[in-house]
Amino acid sequence: MPFIPHSVNDIKQMLATIDVANIEQLFDEIPVHLRVKNLPAIPESLTEMELGRLMRARAHLDSELLCFIGAGAYEHHIPAAVWSITSRGEFMTAYTPYQAEASQGTLQLLYEYQTMMASLMALDISNASMYDGATALAEAILMAVRLNRKNKSNRILLPRAVHPFYQDVVRTIVSQQGIEIIEVPYDKTTGCVSLETLDEMTKEDITALVIPQPNFFGVLEEVDALTDWAHSKHALAIAVVNPLAMALLKAPGQWGKSGADIACGEGQPLGVPLASGGPYYGFLCCKKELVRQLPGRVVGRTVDSEGKQGFVLTMQAREQHIRRAKATSNICTNQGLLVTASTIYMSLMGPKGLRQVALVSHQNAQLLQEKLATISGIEFVFQMPNFHEWVIRLPKSVDVVLRELAKLKVQAGFSLRQVYPELGECLLVCATETKTAEDIEKFVTLLTSVLSLASHSNDKTEKKSNVRTYL
Amino acid sequence: MSELIFELSHKGRCATSQIPRRSAAKITIPAHLLRQDEPRLPEVSELQVVRHFTKLSRANFSIDTQFYPLGSCTMKYNPRGVHHLAMLDGFLNHHPLSLPVNSQGYLACAYELQEILKAMTGMQGVSLTPMAGAQGEFAGVAMIRAYHRARNDAARTEILVPDAAHGTNPATAAQCGYTVREIPTDKDGNVDIESLRAAVGPQTAGIMLTNPSTLGVFEQKIEEIATIVHTAGGLLYYDGANLNAILGKVRPGDMGFDVMHINLHKTFATPHGGGGPGGGPVAVSERLVPFMPMPIVGKKDGFYDWLTEKEYPQTIGRLSAFMGNAGIILRAYMYARLLGKEGMERVAEFATLNANYLLARLKAAGFTPAYANRRASHEFIITLKTEAKELHITALDVAKRLLDYDFHSPTMYFPLLVPECLLIEPTETETKEVLDAFADALIQILHEAKTQPELVRTAPHTLPVKRLDEVKAARELDLVYREK
Repeated sequence: MPFIPHSVNDIKQMLATIDVANIEQLFDEIPVHLRVKNLPAIPESLTEMELGRLMRARAHLDSELLCFIGAGAYEHHIPAAVWSITSRGEFMTAYTPYQAEASQGTLQLLYEYQTMMASLMALDISNASMYDGATALAEAILMAVRLNRKNKSNRILLPRAVHPFYQDVVRTIVSQQGIEIIEVPYDKTTGCVSLETLDEMTKEDITALVIPQPNFFGVLEEVDALTDWAHSKHALAIAVVNPLAMALLKAPGQWGKSGADIACGEGQPLGVPLASGGPYYGFLCCKKELVRQLPGRVVGRTVDSEGKQGFVLTMQAREQHIRRAKATSNICTNQGLLVTASTIYMSLMGPKGLRQVALVSHQNAQLLQEKLATISGIEFVFQMPNFHEWVIRLPKSVDVVLRELAKLKVQAGFSLRQVYPELGECLLVCATETKTAEDIEKFVTLLTSVLSLASHSNDKTEKKSNVRTYL
Repeated sequence: MSELIFELSHKGRCATSQIPRRSAAKITIPAHLLRQDEPRLPEVSELQVVRHFTKLSRANFSIDTQFYPLGSCTMKYNPRGVHHLAMLDGFLNHHPLSLPVNSQGYLACAYELQEILKAMTGMQGVSLTPMAGAQGEFAGVAMIRAYHRARNDAARTEILVPDAAHGTNPATAAQCGYTVREIPTDKDGNVDIESLRAAVGPQTAGIMLTNPSTLGVFEQKIEEIATIVHTAGGLLYYDGANLNAILGKVRPGDMGFDVMHINLHKTFATPHGGGGPGGGPVAVSERLVPFMPMPIVGKKDGFYDWLTEKEYPQTIGRLSAFMGNAGIILRAYMYARLLGKEGMERVAEFATLNANYLLARLKAAGFTPAYANRRASHEFIITLKTEAKELHITALDVAKRLLDYDFHSPTMYFPLLVPECLLIEPTETETKEVLDAFADALIQILHEAKTQPELVRTAPHTLPVKRLDEVKAARELDLVYREK
């Protein structure tokens, strides 16, 4: 019996203590006709060795891919120490630290995380995590709606250049509460939000403006002007940013005259593996005067009965287990273990190391741009300052090119065909510090040959394939 | 406790071998977009980092180090082999937006888990994307709402929630724009049927129920409840927090539920991680299949692929940037394969055996069960109401004193209905010896409460810190470190 330690004798003694004849009798309050007879669809059990064989074969199917996809999940070097410590049973198999005295390890770590993340965002406060970047943005919007007492229209300006799946998630979550999401188009030349466009959207009042940095196209927004614009309309400025980039770029709390009010995003670039999309974690930071509307768990420093420093979960009166239907959010379980990994990652990198990772990623993206620019027919759609991603337009079907390169174990990028059809045959490509000059050379060579190949077999392949390129 | 990592920091120190080399390539970011200051991250060596966080880990209780009988949390053994295999390169370095042709290994596991969960729950559709129980609840209630809307029934504005429910239930209903109406519990711990009858009507969108309930007893009139709610036009939501109690014994689909979530971090043994990540897949009956959150995994001619808004135009939408906590889904799948059919049928049996055994031992020693005439499910409640009155010790004191005996405390003061309560869930993976030692510790603490009450009132005494001042923490907020 997998993981069940009972001997026949144990069972006998336990049944005698309970005073029942058999285990079956313990289920006598469940109506007999509701009982399951058998479960034919469940496979027979495997030993760990057999499972290992199966899983290694499956992992192999998805491995050894040269990856130039970014689009919200980024391949970075993760020091061995990060997951070797994170995988310690004391971190991995602990519950939410409600019993503070028995959870000081997790609690102190979360306090250190809050300090690091708040500082990375140049804001006062951070919570202890949300599920991922997309839900963190949805919660930031709900928070802004609760906070903005002046503008009560519940209208949120959400740029089309924010990650398209984040936009979907925001709509799923906030649409249940009568909040209006207004899409802000990007400028066709720059790929950015323009102030002229925003000015046209203020017939009614605005609750908040979402400002991405970098935006989904990798392009850097004029964050100072956008933040000041939001504040001039009595709207909150919500930053949605790549946290790694904030070691290099001006951080949300430093934007404009008074800084963004709330910052959120995807914590994955800070020590969390790609892992098919999760678990990652969302971070959520704010100015200190907004803290009572911050959702999710928060750790505070206090003292014990002898005056010694210790840590506890605090401000629990905002949360569902106390406030129930009036809670700031229904979130309970968060992504604690990923925050553990991130805290260890940030500690290893330090301020200079983190900045260097961001800088080298940026440099590699510039090198990639330089090399791609030598391929005839490739067009860089937005010729603007960027962080580590580019939108390129191909002379051939982007989906065909992606498929051909996938056969060669090269993942060329994310196709924008479905999410931004107006851009045509466009691809979002990314390079981080993990890419060498040789990797980039290989990519460019293979892309060149596939582009010349695709010109011959383009239409035929297109019709035959039913493989989608979009998650 | 340990110093803060910021207190170990020395200007200019770093973990050199982790820092990438700069290249000769140009930097094209305009100056006004660059950061001028440094974020407050520690400047420490690799050894300092390793030692600091290893030390911190040792200040935690965990399943790997202690018995952890937290009611409603199912703190069972998290198989090490499962974690090890989930960390294989092919899974770890795989991008979520890889083409399906480069993702067949992961997609096969996700698809098969969908099928296993359908079979285990008696439901017709499964979406794995919700990232925790509360998000599963959100998905479920949003589907209920979408279902009523699709029938042009806008009058249903109310969700019914028993007063014993988890806090996430009413919070979720509110987040989905519903008014919450509480239904009282009868003296035996069941939903009060007459109150339910009086509460349902054309305004009822649905009811959210846990079964067995948070009171640790099976809701015997579940079929009657289902009939009452369905007749009124509402749907039934099953909160899967206590699924461990009935796994392989009775299925929510057979009880009449329309939609449910499954806590993978409870029933399917994925690690709790000090508060997460979890996994909260939703399973639905036929009529809610079109509304499931996307994406889900489909299979055609042996090829696994993502199904999205295109195949399910009525979907409530997406709940995560990619497809949920994939690594947790992978671990849950592996756990299910290790257990297999027979192992899964035994989960509820031995979880229930352990709970009833521990209850019998505590009853014999004079502790008061909250529902003495009911059979315990996989968990049960004792109330220390009498002890609180006579000995002036609280459930909190007993919980803290248990920590000195090297046991994590049970859930305290939940459900809110039972005064001075401890909700105890031993799970199926604990030995009889551990249960006996835990019962002995509780008996000893009761004895201490009579002979040396101060010892209990001021516990814990053996941990890195003594009892912590939560009031001070909430009044004088100190949420980030600042140099003095």
